[in-house]
Amino acid sequence: MKLVLRKRENISRRAAVLVPMISFVVALLFGAILLAVSGANPWVTYAAMFGGAFGSLYGLSEVLVKTTPLLLTALGVTLAFKMRFWNIGAEGQLTMGAVAATGVALYWARDLPGWTLLPLAIVAGCLAGALWAGGPAILKATLNVDETLTTLMLNYVAVLYSEHLYYVAWRAEGYNSGTERIPQVAWLPRLFGRAHAGLLIGLALAVVLWLVFRYTRWGFELKIIGSSPTAARYLGINIGRHIVMTLLISGALSGLAGASEVLGLAHRLQQGISVGYGYTAIIIAWMAQLNPLGVVFVAFVMAALLVGGDQIQMKMRLPASVGLVLQGMLLIPLLAGSIFREYALEVVKPSHGLDPDEGEAAIHG
Amino acid sequence: MVEILVFLGSILTITLRAGTSLIYGTIGEIYTERTGILNLGVEGMMLCSAVVAFAVAYYSENLWLALLAAGLTGGTLALIHAFLTVTMRANQVVSGLSITLFGTGLASFLGERLGPESNNRSLVGLIGPRFHPLELPGMSSIPLVGALFRQDILTYALFVLVPLAWAYLYRTRNGLNLRAVGEDPQTADAMGINVIRIRYLYTLLGGVLVGLGGAHLSLAYAPGWAENITGGRGWIVIALVIFAMWNPLRAVFGAILFGGINAVQFRLQASGTTIPSAYLNMLPYLATIVVLVIMTWWEALSHRVGAPAALGRPYMREEK
Amino acid sequence: MAMGDHEARSRDQTPVLQMRGIVKRFPGVLANDHVDLDLYRGEVLALLGENGAGKSTLMNVLIGLYRADAGEIFVRGQRVHIRSPRDAARLGIGMVHQNFMLIPTMTVAQNIILGMDALPFVPPMSEIEQRIRELSERYHLPVDPSAYIWQLSVGEQQRVEILKLLYRGAEILILDEPTAVLTPQEARKLGRVLDIMREEGKATIFITHKMGEVMAFSNRVCVLRRGRVVAVKRTSDTTPRELARLMVGRDVLFRLERKPVPVGDVVLELQDVYAENDKGLPALRGVSLTVRRGEILGIAGVAGNGQQELAEVITGLREVKGGRILIDGRDVTNRSPLEVIQSGVSHIPADRMGMGAVGEMPVADNLVMKGYRTPPLSRQGVLQRRRIIEFARSMIQLFQIATPSPQTYVKFLSGGNIQKTILAREIDACAGLLVAVYPSRGLDVGATEAVRQRLLEQREAGRGVLLISEDLDELLSVADRIAVLYEGRVMGILPAEEADVETLGLLMAGEDMLLTAAQTVGGLD
Repeated sequence: MKLVLRKRENISRRAAVLVPMISFVVALLFGAILLAVSGANPWVTYAAMFGGAFGSLYGLSEVLVKTTPLLLTALGVTLAFKMRFWNIGAEGQLTMGAVAATGVALYWARDLPGWTLLPLAIVAGCLAGALWAGGPAILKATLNVDETLTTLMLNYVAVLYSEHLYYVAWRAEGYNSGTERIPQVAWLPRLFGRAHAGLLIGLALAVVLWLVFRYTRWGFELKIIGSSPTAARYLGINIGRHIVMTLLISGALSGLAGASEVLGLAHRLQQGISVGYGYTAIIIAWMAQLNPLGVVFVAFVMAALLVGGDQIQMKMRLPASVGLVLQGMLLIPLLAGSIFREYALEVVKPSHGLDPDEGEAAIHG
Repeated sequence: MVEILVFLGSILTITLRAGTSLIYGTIGEIYTERTGILNLGVEGMMLCSAVVAFAVAYYSENLWLALLAAGLTGGTLALIHAFLTVTMRANQVVSGLSITLFGTGLASFLGERLGPESNNRSLVGLIGPRFHPLELPGMSSIPLVGALFRQDILTYALFVLVPLAWAYLYRTRNGLNLRAVGEDPQTADAMGINVIRIRYLYTLLGGVLVGLGGAHLSLAYAPGWAENITGGRGWIVIALVIFAMWNPLRAVFGAILFGGINAVQFRLQASGTTIPSAYLNMLPYLATIVVLVIMTWWEALSHRVGAPAALGRPYMREEK
Repeated sequence: MAMGDHEARSRDQTPVLQMRGIVKRFPGVLANDHVDLDLYRGEVLALLGENGAGKSTLMNVLIGLYRADAGEIFVRGQRVHIRSPRDAARLGIGMVHQNFMLIPTMTVAQNIILGMDALPFVPPMSEIEQRIRELSERYHLPVDPSAYIWQLSVGEQQRVEILKLLYRGAEILILDEPTAVLTPQEARKLGRVLDIMREEGKATIFITHKMGEVMAFSNRVCVLRRGRVVAVKRTSDTTPRELARLMVGRDVLFRLERKPVPVGDVVLELQDVYAENDKGLPALRGVSLTVRRGEILGIAGVAGNGQQELAEVITGLREVKGGRILIDGRDVTNRSPLEVIQSGVSHIPADRMGMGAVGEMPVADNLVMKGYRTPPLSRQGVLQRRRIIEFARSMIQLFQIATPSPQTYVKFLSGGNIQKTILAREIDACAGLLVAVYPSRGLDVGATEAVRQRLLEQREAGRGVLLISEDLDELLSVADRIAVLYEGRVMGILPAEEADVETLGLLMAGEDMLLTAAQTVGGLD
């Protein structure tokens, strides 16, 4: 008797829905083990996390606050990943978006009418993110340079640059770090608690992206490129052009996330503008199976996880990285489970005749 | 003249020390990729191994035990990746990324939990046992080359490890088989080679070597533990594998290149230059991009030594 | 030992190999249905059957790549369990597959010793190469042990594959469609190798679907049909016609109707075209040809002589280094694939799952992958989903594509149905020229007939067809004119009436058109 993976005759819809849910539970279980081993009661911890995120209006608004950048970057990552372009640079694209938005809001305030600042800052953020992704895209499209490393390296460059700005070049007088506050004209309106209009933009874009994937020629071509670049070329699709255009938009989405963090939340460029949102976005995108509407839901859940993690850090003196570890754990069971979409687990009973496990010594007849 | 040599010698010394962890990592990843498995989890593996090595060294005062622990840590994380990619046939890029994300978070967590109560259970800022440079008397005073003989034992081990890694890969039967698996697993399978076992084995081995590289960071180079002690080295390793064209001997050149950049950074900062430190710190990352572009372009021109043909693609037998 | 003795010898020996009651199932099909097989030393057994009859499956069970669901195998009288190719190799059984199992970036010698059990930790390469040279002389398989596989021709690679088995001491050798990649002359040389193996006491099985090979090379033949053994005969006791009938189960009159059709304008013209292959070596050297509407131009030639590159330059997938290509008189040299498609050119590629179809997308999507850019399937960039489904349904019915639903992912379809999907799409989109590359490769008789029928239909509808095929029968039955490609040059273009296997074979091997066809013995039909 043994376990065998048998290929299915069709994709299992059931598995596609169940696997992410089961993997979430598995990750929580492993997290519980980790917590227990490090001296914290897992159930109390989880309860505190849940309470921290959903137990109060304040918590809920914080979850919405975190959902915004996660949603936007995850949409950007989804777009790129759909084409199998491994854009790991969302973090850097977000950072550069924040930098550009801050720059416009702070340094063009004198020369331009107040009401233009906000839209311009948003545009600047999108452009910066787009360009930051566009570079690796062009390298891939023209010279076929692997995008994983180029996008990633730019993350480090972006973070270093932004640190330079808020520690040195743009540092506000009298502060250790961080820029001046941007003028109020350039603030994104708040919704409730600290949650701001960036959330609405994100939700709208999620729907738009879903429509694009399902109903447009562009989305169709993206899927083909992602599944089989050889076929795409054969069908006359211009892969290079798609790579560049798609990545510009992907980067713009992350740049928008960064801009919205500055314009809607912190109102200045400072440490902690991004706490790895760009990397979390990858987990979200994959968990949502590259479905923009699914991304909304998963981003919300992930934000709750992070907010809960922040809360218990304060209440239970656990390191903030608990949230990060849990997050990192999520993908692993998901990846293990993804095979069940196409394969079913079967128990193989011994077949009379050619049972491999009975009758030794026959090999060396 | 002598001053120049001494200066160059000091640069070389730092270069080798900085490059040691890179060489361990690169050779480990070369072996993994040679079997067709792309492991992007190196950064997370290195971080975890570094923190574990430091913690073990701190409490046990035994550096060898710490090395063992580092190897086990790297190996375990690599094993998870192998399980996901070889047995569960998950996407190798995402699997490696998940190992990095998990490993990075876990390393942070351990760094805040494994420490003594006296330091708030944190390992940051502690001083622990470390590998000191072992000077070979006589040899180490030669002006330039002497730098080779002022290293710690982990670096000395490389003098043996690198040629060994090369010979194993290119001159032995095992090396032939493992290369076949990375070029064409279907053919290797038909020739009776156990593709699954080989992929597991060398992914694991790669993880152990990466772990040793991480240990060098916290036990010799830094030393100690701090967040982000790797500074992206894990990713640079991945680029170096390409730069080395999957050949262990060439790995040394790449490590020297990046170790050298590190050394130049130190020197410039120490000498009080006006260039903002941020820009200096960007050098290794920008250099990586440049290296990648050059290697890709050169490979396209020469039609020749490319990645192992089956790199990144899962293997399945008995498909109708 | 005189060759004629082998028949007498094999009669009074126990079989070196016996397969009893082998059953093998795949999702939806019973590939081997209680198959029995005997093999004797010093003989050559042909395993005959059409594509899909179960021949390769049976041999893959023998070689340990597949695990049978039921049945037993006896080698030299002892019952054995073959769980992997390694087990088979230990028993002295080896197979040369249709797709060579060779690693291009390694040398001949390295490929031969790969995965061998009794190899020292540091293999002594010079000794090994010497042994290889000796073997290669004894069996008439000339090859340079230190050469890299990518440097070798297809025929040489096949020799390496055979040497691999011999070097490892194989006593039972299985060859899968060995002459598919050889010219008729090379195939004759292979025949001599088989004779030597027979003399040396080896037992050989070769899988084929060509009657001519069976008659020329084998002592006995075992015929498979739909997974069952329908006959085992001594070759001398049977005829090609009888074999064909056994193979297919009915009298085969494989003559498609090629009606006379008025030939129209030139739709495709190549003028002195030069191109390189992926390695940068010349693949096409001054190719000139024309295809008119209403005719099928066949391109014959052993794979590797520029056929793939020819298809690719015409469809815009490969750079033209010299010369011109004209579609309906318009110069399309080095234009993008999209422009070529918009000039009315359709392409049925050799690589079905990699290029012609996207496995991870539904059948319906695949069917519209050429037509989705224009109304009614899309308007101003937006796909009209309902129209797409309607279109897909009608195509599925018209071309009889067997699929559970239009939304089923293509990769779950059988090979024949994948090809039908590609055909449906390409034929629907074709306005002038259809380029078909190895369209019936690997398909069973029913599907093959369907493909050829469609090609003839296109011809009747006034389109031009460029058919690249390795199957001379196919070319002879379907094409109006046949051109032969050899080393990137057109060796000659013959009208169908004047073409026969011998002449084509000579051209395929590089003989000049002007030389008279040499006298040949034991023709391959």
